[in-house]
Amino acid sequence: MNFLARTWVGEWLTGLGRIAVMSRDAVMSLLTLKVTWKDLVYQIYFIGIKSQSVVLVTGAFTGMVLTAQTYFQFHKVKMDTATLAVVGVSMCSELGPVLTALMVAGRVGAAIAAEIGTMRVTEQIDALRTLATHPVDYLVVPRLLAATIALPLLTIESIMLGIGSGYVVGVYLLGIDPTYLWFNMLKYTGNIDLEIGLVKSFVYGGIIALVGCYKGMSCGMGAEGVGRATTEAVVYSSIAILITNFFLTLVLQHIALMLL
Amino acid sequence: MIEVRQLKKQFGTQPILDGVDLRIESGESAVIIGRSGGGKSVLLKHLIGLLQPDAGEVLVDGENITHMNERQLLAVREKFGMVFQGAALFDSMTVEENVAFPLIRKKKYSAAEIGKRVAEALDVVDLPGTEKKKPAELSGGMRKRVGLARAIIYEPRFLLYDEPTTGLDPIVSDSIDQLIIRVRDHFKVTSVVVTHDMRSARRVGNKVFLLHAKKIYASGAPEEIFTSTDAVVRQFIDGVADAKETIL
Ligand SMILES: Nc1ncnc2c1ncn2[C@@H]1O[C@H](COP(=O)(O)OP(=O)(O)OP(=O)(O)O)[C@@H](O)[C@H]1O
Ligand SMILES: [Mg+2]
Repeated sequence: MNFLARTWVGEWLTGLGRIAVMSRDAVMSLLTLKVTWKDLVYQIYFIGIKSQSVVLVTGAFTGMVLTAQTYFQFHKVKMDTATLAVVGVSMCSELGPVLTALMVAGRVGAAIAAEIGTMRVTEQIDALRTLATHPVDYLVVPRLLAATIALPLLTIESIMLGIGSGYVVGVYLLGIDPTYLWFNMLKYTGNIDLEIGLVKSFVYGGIIALVGCYKGMSCGMGAEGVGRATTEAVVYSSIAILITNFFLTLVLQHIALMLL
Repeated sequence: MIEVRQLKKQFGTQPILDGVDLRIESGESAVIIGRSGGGKSVLLKHLIGLLQPDAGEVLVDGENITHMNERQLLAVREKFGMVFQGAALFDSMTVEENVAFPLIRKKKYSAAEIGKRVAEALDVVDLPGTEKKKPAELSGGMRKRVGLARAIIYEPRFLLYDEPTTGLDPIVSDSIDQLIIRVRDHFKVTSVVVTHDMRSARRVGNKVFLLHAKKIYASGAPEEIFTSTDAVVRQFIDGVADAKETIL
């Protein structure tokens, strides 16, 4: 056991603990409302507006391919008009939030880790601390808040685009009856699916910001350290998103069943 | 008053400081000299709680800051200003925003007042007209002076300077020395200056500490240190590079 503690297991647990401490600091600081509005708006702009192209392409093409593939299978059992219902449910509760989060993790998580990591190796974080500013208040909180606001919005966008482009593909390319296609989609995609998706995307926004900030703050020395921090931020947040997704699906579906 | 007792610090397996003791009275200006890589910057960072010692303690105005958490330390650090060896300017901000940063964070000054004080501070460090530049557009010496302006603008009671004159031309070095003295006498600031520049050490210090072999090897008034007959001290002051055995 001692052997395990000294290898990556120990390191990994330490990392988890440190992220937990940082999250606590961030939440405490959020509760005291010390966030600077200017920074928050800038971060929302950076995370939300600048991720548009990535999210749009992801949403549209996922919706399209899902529609086509579902149609090819359903056509065999003459369930053509149920195609978009499958697309609707899976875009809302799984693909929309997860793929959007993965794309944003690659773009924003990396940028956060690189920026904060560079600040750390050039002693700018130490300078912040000497100027009586808590790095969590100044760097983590605006990013965390912005990511948890922006991600649900981006997810809604990607869901809408996915279903919309699926409809277009279904009707104009595959020749499915438009009225039944749309009617079945509305019938089987409940509010609850969308709500599950939004809760998930909120959580993933938090994961992306926290992992990015943590990797930046604990960055090793020099350019190499920054490079590693950036890569690890993307890899770890993506893995965390995928694993969390499984458990969130189980838990949220369970809650949904209890409520209905 | 800053007091350090039996401070020990190691990075990995490499000990950097091993039982440092020093005491700096209020209003005093202390100079820390020592070899490059000897741990002067590390010692300075302990004084303001940027690094936590492995053993020993640091007291600021009699208050033990060794076991404080980051939030508690923030209150202590309000009293401090620090000039970093590498300036450590925020590179996403202009010079003006850098210098104004501590005032903006305090949220009790009007924009006009901040503007006025930034202009004054930049004037003091002899950098007027650079307000709109980014740190990347400045020379190393100019950056250092912006760092100095950022540290003095909120009139802290303790100022820590990490090699404030290294890399500056003799004229600017001289004006920085004058500035350190002026700030000290005018605001009754306690200053701690890490330097390699013996001329500046003699001028700004009224107490000199020599960090050697992970400890404070010698301390005293500048005249004592500079007239010392101790081999290690002499060698450092005269800058002789022979006699390896006395160094080690
Ligand atoms: N964060 C750190 N991690 C590991 N080692 C460090 C760290 N900071 C400093 N060191 C080591 O501590 C020693 C002392 O460094 P320090 O920067 O205090 O020297 P210094 O006396 O300020 O030198 P100089 O006059 O060149 O600035 C060096 O050997 C350095 O490698
Ligand atoms: Mg140094």
